[in-house]
Amino acid sequence: MTAFDGVSESAQGEAGSDCGRARAAQALSRIRRVEELESVVIRFAGDSGDGMQLTGAEFSKSVAKAGHDFATHPDFPSEIRAPSGTLFGVSGYQIQYSSRPVFTSGDAPDVLVAMNPAALKVNLADLKPGGMIIANTGAFTESNLHKAGYASNPLEDGSLERYRLYRIDIGGLTAVALRDSGLSKKEVGRCKNYFALGLMLWLYSRPLEKEVDDIRRKFAHKPEIAEANVTALRAGYAYADATEMFPAAYQVRKADVRPGKYRSVTGNQALALAAVAASELSGLKLFLGSYPITPASDILHELAALKHFNVTTFQAEDEIAGICSAIGAAYGGVLGLTTTSGPGMALKTEALGLAVMLELPLVVVNVQRGGPSTGLPTKVEQSDLLQAVYGRNGECPVAVLAANSPADCFDATLEAFRIAVKYMTPVILLSDGGIANATEPWLIPDVASLPKVEVKFRTEPEGYKVYARDDNLARAWVRPGTPRMEHRVGGLEKDFLTGNVSHDPVNHQRMVEIRAAKVARIARDIPPTVIEGDADAELLVLGWGSTYGAIAQAREFARQQGKKVAQVHLRHLNPFPPDLGEVLGRYRRILVPEMNLGQLSRLVRSRYLVAPVELHKVQGKPFKVSEIYDKIVELC
Amino acid sequence: MNALTKKDFESNQDVRWCPGCGDYAILAQIQKVLPTLGIPREDFAFISGIGCSSRFPYYMETYGMHSIHGRAPAIATGLKVSRPELSVWVVTGDGDALAIGGNHFIHAMRRNIGLKIILLNNRIYGLTKGQYSPTSEFGKKTKTTPLGSIDRPFSPVSLALGAGATFVARSVDVEQEHLNGVLRRAAEHKGTAFVEIFQNCNIFNDGAYGFLTDKNVKAETRVLLEHGKPLLFGKDRNKGLRLRGLKPEVVTVGENGVTEADLLVHDERDPHGVVSYLLTQLDRPDFPVPLGVFRCVDAPSYEELNADLEQAARAAKGRGELAKLLNSGETWVIT
Repeated sequence: MTAFDGVSESAQGEAGSDCGRARAAQALSRIRRVEELESVVIRFAGDSGDGMQLTGAEFSKSVAKAGHDFATHPDFPSEIRAPSGTLFGVSGYQIQYSSRPVFTSGDAPDVLVAMNPAALKVNLADLKPGGMIIANTGAFTESNLHKAGYASNPLEDGSLERYRLYRIDIGGLTAVALRDSGLSKKEVGRCKNYFALGLMLWLYSRPLEKEVDDIRRKFAHKPEIAEANVTALRAGYAYADATEMFPAAYQVRKADVRPGKYRSVTGNQALALAAVAASELSGLKLFLGSYPITPASDILHELAALKHFNVTTFQAEDEIAGICSAIGAAYGGVLGLTTTSGPGMALKTEALGLAVMLELPLVVVNVQRGGPSTGLPTKVEQSDLLQAVYGRNGECPVAVLAANSPADCFDATLEAFRIAVKYMTPVILLSDGGIANATEPWLIPDVASLPKVEVKFRTEPEGYKVYARDDNLARAWVRPGTPRMEHRVGGLEKDFLTGNVSHDPVNHQRMVEIRAAKVARIARDIPPTVIEGDADAELLVLGWGSTYGAIAQAREFARQQGKKVAQVHLRHLNPFPPDLGEVLGRYRRILVPEMNLGQLSRLVRSRYLVAPVELHKVQGKPFKVSEIYDKIVELC
Repeated sequence: MNALTKKDFESNQDVRWCPGCGDYAILAQIQKVLPTLGIPREDFAFISGIGCSSRFPYYMETYGMHSIHGRAPAIATGLKVSRPELSVWVVTGDGDALAIGGNHFIHAMRRNIGLKIILLNNRIYGLTKGQYSPTSEFGKKTKTTPLGSIDRPFSPVSLALGAGATFVARSVDVEQEHLNGVLRRAAEHKGTAFVEIFQNCNIFNDGAYGFLTDKNVKAETRVLLEHGKPLLFGKDRNKGLRLRGLKPEVVTVGENGVTEADLLVHDERDPHGVVSYLLTQLDRPDFPVPLGVFRCVDAPSYEELNADLEQAARAAKGRGELAKLLNSGETWVIT
């Protein structure tokens, strides 16, 4: 068994002191051995109150600034403060960073930081064989072991001998470092995540001072907490350095990423930024009508803080009022947006039908989560695709798009607004709980390079017919307040030209067909399908949404094993790209991995009469690269 | 600009309510009031939900939307917040506003958003052909309540007051002059103005308000609310409402030493609204039914407050710049 007992007297006494730091610095120059790694996957796990999301996010920021490519996966319970020490209260944050392009947050962690027995129990199965465990020994009390269902202490009973186990009393050492801080026991307890962060920054050769600046900025309103966190951070760093318990520190070489200015974004942030961009690019006010729902609420939070732009946010009384207020705003001539997740999407269905009938531009964002019903509110799934494409009464076509990564939410959202105003149609944009909260580096675009969102209002009363159409089959957008163009719209079937109520049988068929043709016509704007990997392969992996990274990585691994694999990842799900049928026809086999029971497969099968091999995962977790890779190998 | 007339507000669509429906009279009054408000026709928008009353926008030569059941206040809210300069009206019914749309109805009142909400209350479902509504009387026999309704009805004006409405009024379809006056007051109110109009459905609930409109009895069954005036009613104008503590009672002036000075004086501007609420609860047979403005108080409208917020944000941070926003947060440069 490889284990290192981390609570030595000297370290306890000096970890936080200046003297300790000076000695640590000396020691560093003397004995530190740095091993180069190509990539590393780290998972921070603890109680929901342990601050693991923050620790993970801070670590990500640190590696981002160093020019690494990275991807993260936060995984937290739906309880706000689950009882401490319980299995269901475990919160985790995984990051993969690398010197090569990173597609996912990684299948299996190389390192697990376990802040208590429950965190160890929940996450151990994912850890790589021989992986590193950093266990917060102080939390391995009898009571916590019992809550996690351990009959004996795994840190001592030999059950972890396949791993490299580091026992460190993170809580206790933090308390020692902060014994003179004057903070309460509870406040001191909250600083231990920074000790853990300090430890990891040393282990992965990350600079400390940037993080110190960060803490002071973040806690500027509570200087004594800021200093305590700084002390804990330094203590963790110095401790790792001074104890010589780690045989080496590690370093990941800088990735070869595209030059430019970057920031890290979550999917929800990127989506909010793009909504503001659509407003600025079109010159129209953005109106967001929304009701809080996990995991979409952050979009509302982000935009509510941006009222110094031309942005109105409205927290509606319910999901229905969220979309209805956005429809009212769109009728008023502004950009209407509503954001939600599955259950809210179900409630918006009737109003979405109204928007189809009114032929007004509207963007509806569904940040999908595990379903049905309340399902798994904080977990990832992509099982609302058929709902998006078909889920309304009547023949009720809407455009459906999907984002494939956090940063991609920016482009996908701009595309949604562009389509909505060009074709006077509602557009559903599918994101998911994985994309929404995960972060990745985003190459900040130059505003001048962004696609246009062109809007023209009709103001010419002469010859105006409410449902007369342009070449895109879009009717004219007329703002109330325009003289001599007063008109009525509504959910009853409309005359194809005047827009007056019509129950004429032939007119109804005509309107049903026109609405379908209009949405189909959006395909004219879709660029030729991009085939990644080996275009001449026999196997095509077809996907949509947040599975992009896992598929791309699996394809890359397969290629390294000498297998030919092509990949197509769809942005447009309704209508499909015009060349998709022809592209699918080129491949002998098509594999469609989805976090549902085969919804895209069903769509392409019925549309193109192809017979894809389906790969399903509905566990509230993203695909592991290996799960897709194994299937690829089986098929080639 | 030539002065607008009623004719300017009549659309070219045939009105398709049943002959004799109370909705005709209400449509006519609204078309009479609008041209007198000094607002250009293109600045009016009428939003409705579903039900007989919700066909209203089609007959108005204004901007309008016939939307989905119960949701008109939510749609109108999005329109009004985005375009505060428009005069936005919601026309609804007792089913649309109080059953399927109850939530949006109360939240509009709570926010005091500048909508005129006109509820045509016929105490029955007309468009679905005669089921009881949330305002149908207890015990009412309809297609869905052949043994009599066991639902207790609620009062739309009480509900509006309970939700914090700043303007609450009631009138009757056939009382043209009174209706005209109430609608005008609503049009001029800042914030949510709620008007309940008793409306006769001559097909499924004919005569529901006969007790209020029959010339022979109406003087005894109604009391007209006039701000600052004592609540007097009756053929001889000698009956009145008096409060004993918070208990209302009907008294006769000149009997048992009661004088006009003992009567309750209507105060529509009472900031607490307790007496206004009490008035909304009065009903036959023990009391006359009050008509007129129950409450009219000043409060900032939602759209004003929202505009203030947006202005304050711009004053504090400067008008947002997209490039700056995209480049905000922690950035790093890869060379």
